[in-house]
Amino acid sequence: MSVATQEATPAAAKPAKKKTKRGPEHRPGLNRWLPYLLLAPAVLAELLIHIIPMVVGIWMSFIKLTKFFIANWSAAPSAGLNNYKVALDFNNAVGEGLLKSFGVTVAFSLITVALSWVLGMAAAVALQPPFRGRGIIRTFFLVPYALPAYAGILTWNFMLQRDTGAVNHVLNQLHLSDGRTFWLIGSNALVSLIVVATWKLWTFAFLTLMAGLQSIPGDLYEAASVDGAGNLRQWRNITLPSLRPVNLVLVLVLFLWTFSDFNTPYVLFGTAQPPAGDLITFHIYNASFLTWNFGTGAAMSVLLLIFLMIVTGAYLLVTGRRSRRA
Amino acid sequence: MRLRSLVAAVAATAMGISLAACGGGDKNDSSGGGSGGDQTLTYWASNQGTSLDNDKEVLTPVLQKFTQDTGIKVNLEVIGWNDLQTRIQTAITSGQAPDVVNIGNTWAASLQATDAFLPFDGDAMGAIGGKDKFVPTALATGGKEGTDPTSVPLYGLAYGLYYNKAMFAAAGLQPPKTWEEMVTDAQKLTVPAKKQWGMALAAGSYTENVHFAFINAAQNKADWFDADGKPTFTGDGNVQGVLRYLDLMQKDKVANPSNAQYDNGTKSVNDFATKKVAMVINQNNADSSIVANGMKAGEYGVVPFPAPSGAEQVASHVAGINLSVFKNTKHKDAALKFVKYMTDEATQTTLGKPFSSLPVLKDAKPVFTTDAAEAATFQDVYNTKSKPLPLVPAEDQFESTVGKAMNSMFAKIATGGTVTADDVKAALKTAQDQVAAGS
Repeated sequence: MSVATQEATPAAAKPAKKKTKRGPEHRPGLNRWLPYLLLAPAVLAELLIHIIPMVVGIWMSFIKLTKFFIANWSAAPSAGLNNYKVALDFNNAVGEGLLKSFGVTVAFSLITVALSWVLGMAAAVALQPPFRGRGIIRTFFLVPYALPAYAGILTWNFMLQRDTGAVNHVLNQLHLSDGRTFWLIGSNALVSLIVVATWKLWTFAFLTLMAGLQSIPGDLYEAASVDGAGNLRQWRNITLPSLRPVNLVLVLVLFLWTFSDFNTPYVLFGTAQPPAGDLITFHIYNASFLTWNFGTGAAMSVLLLIFLMIVTGAYLLVTGRRSRRA
Repeated sequence: MRLRSLVAAVAATAMGISLAACGGGDKNDSSGGGSGGDQTLTYWASNQGTSLDNDKEVLTPVLQKFTQDTGIKVNLEVIGWNDLQTRIQTAITSGQAPDVVNIGNTWAASLQATDAFLPFDGDAMGAIGGKDKFVPTALATGGKEGTDPTSVPLYGLAYGLYYNKAMFAAAGLQPPKTWEEMVTDAQKLTVPAKKQWGMALAAGSYTENVHFAFINAAQNKADWFDADGKPTFTGDGNVQGVLRYLDLMQKDKVANPSNAQYDNGTKSVNDFATKKVAMVINQNNADSSIVANGMKAGEYGVVPFPAPSGAEQVASHVAGINLSVFKNTKHKDAALKFVKYMTDEATQTTLGKPFSSLPVLKDAKPVFTTDAAEAATFQDVYNTKSKPLPLVPAEDQFESTVGKAMNSMFAKIATGGTVTADDVKAALKTAQDQVAAGS
């Protein structure tokens, strides 16, 4: 392969394998296409996984895709803005349901993100100074994140059963309740949902914040303690500002994940989802699949997309402006 | 340079693979292995036995016999009830469908409306043995009235009130003949000290709940749809019917509030089989579960689910499982042969016992139980006291919206709330609006 001959021969004249010393500049064809070739799989995947389904979803939201047409989509008549009108008419059952579900989801997301962040931060800071067994505890904390979501949530489902669940049993043994609380139906469903989602999510916050903490120079803390700053003061004046870039991204990601969480309610409640735990993605799923009205479902999805884009945009705008001012 | 060519080669290969994968997806035969001359049908069966595995065990020898007779192989998949409807929807939407599928017969008119299923017109009906072999009421569930049905009956089912003979004897009670008697008996048999309840309800299962909404309303002579297929959910008979059923837990307190979390009928049947409750209202396929849980035939009896005195004697809907063929099947003839085989007298007799089903064929005798009185009761309910669910395209929406509304109302009752007739009416109004928005 590496026998070099006939250096002067024009590149195009002979098969490439004989011209091993020739640099890439001698093969303009491949050179020009190589970057595109390398990018192609990613672009293709992006198209297939994100862009095309999104466009199809938006298109679906403008057609009357009910059970009469799902076998032959192309025959579905245009619905104009009707699907959106139905979804946004809050005096109607469908719109009212969507609005309630939206409210539940906002409350759920805010509480879950706040809890996850506080727990993650507390654990990351607590495990920052080296001590015996730190590695084991850190690993232990990551278990919920490593566990398959389905298995974890299903276990919670067993634990939260009224008559046979571990939660009621423990509460009863501790004399905190009569052990007959319903956790998966009625208004407690939201509490259960928040607990399970936080359990699943907080380790991610923990992991991210722990990584962020590693980049803060130890000198800062030393200097601060020489100046007499206590732990809380150090956390407020050194840790928090240093972690600002991490926090900005972390909170946004946590919020987006939580807001569009589908697995947790789906696995936790099965087909008997209670109104108090009616998260919006699950609500849209039900609106589409139970009533076979994929057009309205798609319109709701597009509305959700728009809402999340507005929130994300506003968040980045506000936090970005503040960073620049700082 | 070597590295570059290597990278380029890898990239090109990766792209090639992904392209091939896309291409493969399109070309993929929807009926699963239709290439070449060998005939393989894909068959989705519903869960009729005590478990998905049990279904597989029961069906495998039956399907093997079909392969021996005809040379047509059958690829079986048993699908649980929680997933079946979604799986069928996905199959319709994507076109990636099996050849033959079991459906709940109440979905027949809704699925017919999708135009994804083969109508059993004169030819197709002839190929499976003619419509005269079926019990007419069973066949009537196959699709909208006055059209070629897109499904034919496979297993017949009906509701009955199962009661524990020993518990009734100990309390000196006779099996109830009216709703009022049923409630009084249930109250006498609710003994908190023994953790014994009068009845078990699958109050968290929307499919079970909606059946009782239908039956109780039918006893009140109320309908859920008018002649034009428009929903009439908020009528007084419907509201009172739903409330009567909810009151079993709310006012009469004969069911454990925990039942609000029972999301399928098996759970309430298990309570009955393990003697925690004295009565359960279930379709006759409960037999296999009851026996599997250790209760012997003869320890329980069955009477028709009673109506209030003076009300219409409706004890069940015409329940059951139908068989449908997807229109886009590449093996239409083989599929029809298979439907014929499954609805043949011999196959029906073989499957009637393990699946505890009522015969859908004229002149056939029930074989699911050795208890002659039980067999006679169910046959009588099926033939004379059953009303078909509305055969309208929106039937499935009726099931999901009204059923889920009842789940929520049971949940409210179980967690200490009160549900009044006005609440029921409001909930049914919401359900009706949802149905209207979907059609």
